[in-house]
Amino acid sequence: MIWRNARRSLFAAWRFLLRDKKAMVGSIILLILIVISAFPSWFTPDDPSADIYNPGVGLSWAHPLGTTSFGQDVFSQLMAGTRQSVMIALVVGLISTVLSVVVGITAAYSGGLVDDTLSLITDVILVIPTFPLIIVIAAYTKSASFWTIVFVLVVTGWSYGARQLRVQALSLRNRDYLLAARARGEASWYIIGVELIPPMTSLIVANFLGAALYAVLAAAGLQFVGLGNVNSESWGTMLYWAQNNEALSAGLPLWALAPGIMIAVLGSALALLNYAFDEVSNPALRPVTTKRRKKVAV
Amino acid sequence: MRFLVRRLGFLLIALWAALTVNFFIPRLMPGNPAEAILAQFHGRLNPNSLKAIEVALGIGGHQNLFSSYLEYLRNTVTGNFGVSTSYFPVPVTTVIARALPWSLGLVGVSTVLGFLIGTALGAVAAWRRGGWLDNVLPPSFIVISAFPYFWVGLLSIWLFSLTLNWFPTLGGYTETATPALTWGFVGDVLWHAVLPAFTILLTSVGGWILTMRNNMITVVAEDYVKMARAKGLRPRRILWQYAGRNALLPNLTGFAMSLGFVISGAILVEFVFNYPGIGFLLLQAVSAEDYPLMQALFLLITVAVLVAIFISDVATALLDPRTRSSR
Repeated sequence: MIWRNARRSLFAAWRFLLRDKKAMVGSIILLILIVISAFPSWFTPDDPSADIYNPGVGLSWAHPLGTTSFGQDVFSQLMAGTRQSVMIALVVGLISTVLSVVVGITAAYSGGLVDDTLSLITDVILVIPTFPLIIVIAAYTKSASFWTIVFVLVVTGWSYGARQLRVQALSLRNRDYLLAARARGEASWYIIGVELIPPMTSLIVANFLGAALYAVLAAAGLQFVGLGNVNSESWGTMLYWAQNNEALSAGLPLWALAPGIMIAVLGSALALLNYAFDEVSNPALRPVTTKRRKKVAV
Repeated sequence: MRFLVRRLGFLLIALWAALTVNFFIPRLMPGNPAEAILAQFHGRLNPNSLKAIEVALGIGGHQNLFSSYLEYLRNTVTGNFGVSTSYFPVPVTTVIARALPWSLGLVGVSTVLGFLIGTALGAVAAWRRGGWLDNVLPPSFIVISAFPYFWVGLLSIWLFSLTLNWFPTLGGYTETATPALTWGFVGDVLWHAVLPAFTILLTSVGGWILTMRNNMITVVAEDYVKMARAKGLRPRRILWQYAGRNALLPNLTGFAMSLGFVISGAILVEFVFNYPGIGFLLLQAVSAEDYPLMQALFLLITVAVLVAIFISDVATALLDPRTRSSR
């Protein structure tokens, strides 16, 4: 039963990808970036961190995006940096979403004092300014490692989703089919796992994408101001070194601009998918043109 | 009334939570780095402000946790944040007061402008469903919202300042100019504010467009809007005075939050442009390891956001009877 449901929703997701242009573009970009981050050596002709070339070279066949002031190949650095941003997006997105689902649905399903307490915690975390808090925590930990960044972003990033999911679950809670399941005496795990969560899939996916986008941008910002590990290979760290060596006024704009474009490409892919899933959960938002076409067909 | 009491209670709890987080962060970190920095200032600080800093940052350890927590709360409420270590011996509050007007001016104006422009565009896009605005705006701002906003600043520096030479690159005013209330100096300040303001505007307007459009789509489908159309009211009047007003309500809280964030400055934009506001000050405090200044700034930003949210709750309650009747 569960598996048939899962298969059906996977199939529905696949059909949706094929039909929706925004979702299609988003998932193709995401797929390419995941391949690059899984096998960076296929795409990097040179060792990304070795400073072995003439520093500050412009565009050329040997260096499609030029070199840095240290004599590193910019293109190789870009490809090697993909892994960390993609990893941060996926890991933070996944952990925050799990937290959001657990907190949001527990609150809605239990009601009463549990709901009040969990909602209060969620709301308080939601209104505390995130980025300044991240900066302060990172300042105390000194050169935050990958897992420190993940930890900070999860702690500050789960509350929005939890709130949304709680509202959605509350509106489903008293539907007839859920009351029927309770009347049949089904176990809580069955009601939650099989009856309550599947209708919320698109909202959960949208939450994952939103949390992932937030993580990519916040992590890049942290690394850009030098609060990450400045020796790591990532787009944010590239921006940090480019800014520190005044790449813009030194006539090496690509060094500073290319990593930002990569972040934006990854971010756009996540945002496009997010927007498409929003349209699934709220049909009123779908583009009107497709609706019109359907009417003509009928 | 009950609604307001609940929101006031929430404000107090959130404030207390922020204060407590601020108190425990330095204490939970392994090898408190503030200790080494403050060691240099022994003997040079007057005992009263040294004590305040030690209590806030968890240094010294000659007190138990609970009594230093109480003392920290008392110091915070009375505004005793001690002395900045990077601007020694200037008190933290003075350093902050110097940076505050810059953020308020730059970020305040561009936040309000972004909200007004975005809301208007979003409302019109939803009103002409399927029109060219409706087709172009959402996808292009989805992409723009994915750009790191500090990077948009870098791009505009490179394009408008270094390549085209239209605007200055850095700072809030020309270094050689003497700050005074003359036309020349005010013009200079405005000149320096154009690029950062443009950056903030471009990256913030998209969110308002998308949320307003989505609210508006729901509202336009409501019966009272159909009724207004049936009565033959002018479309412009229905758009702004019937549908627009109600579609705006859910966005008020978001607007209040972003007004609260005005105090914090657009941290990374100020960093990119070396703009002398609060956000730039926060990052300077971090790199100079000025922990007292950092903690006070974090508190200030938090308090501003929380108070702004509370004010928006009150405003929403006044404007929308539905929030007053429900819980």
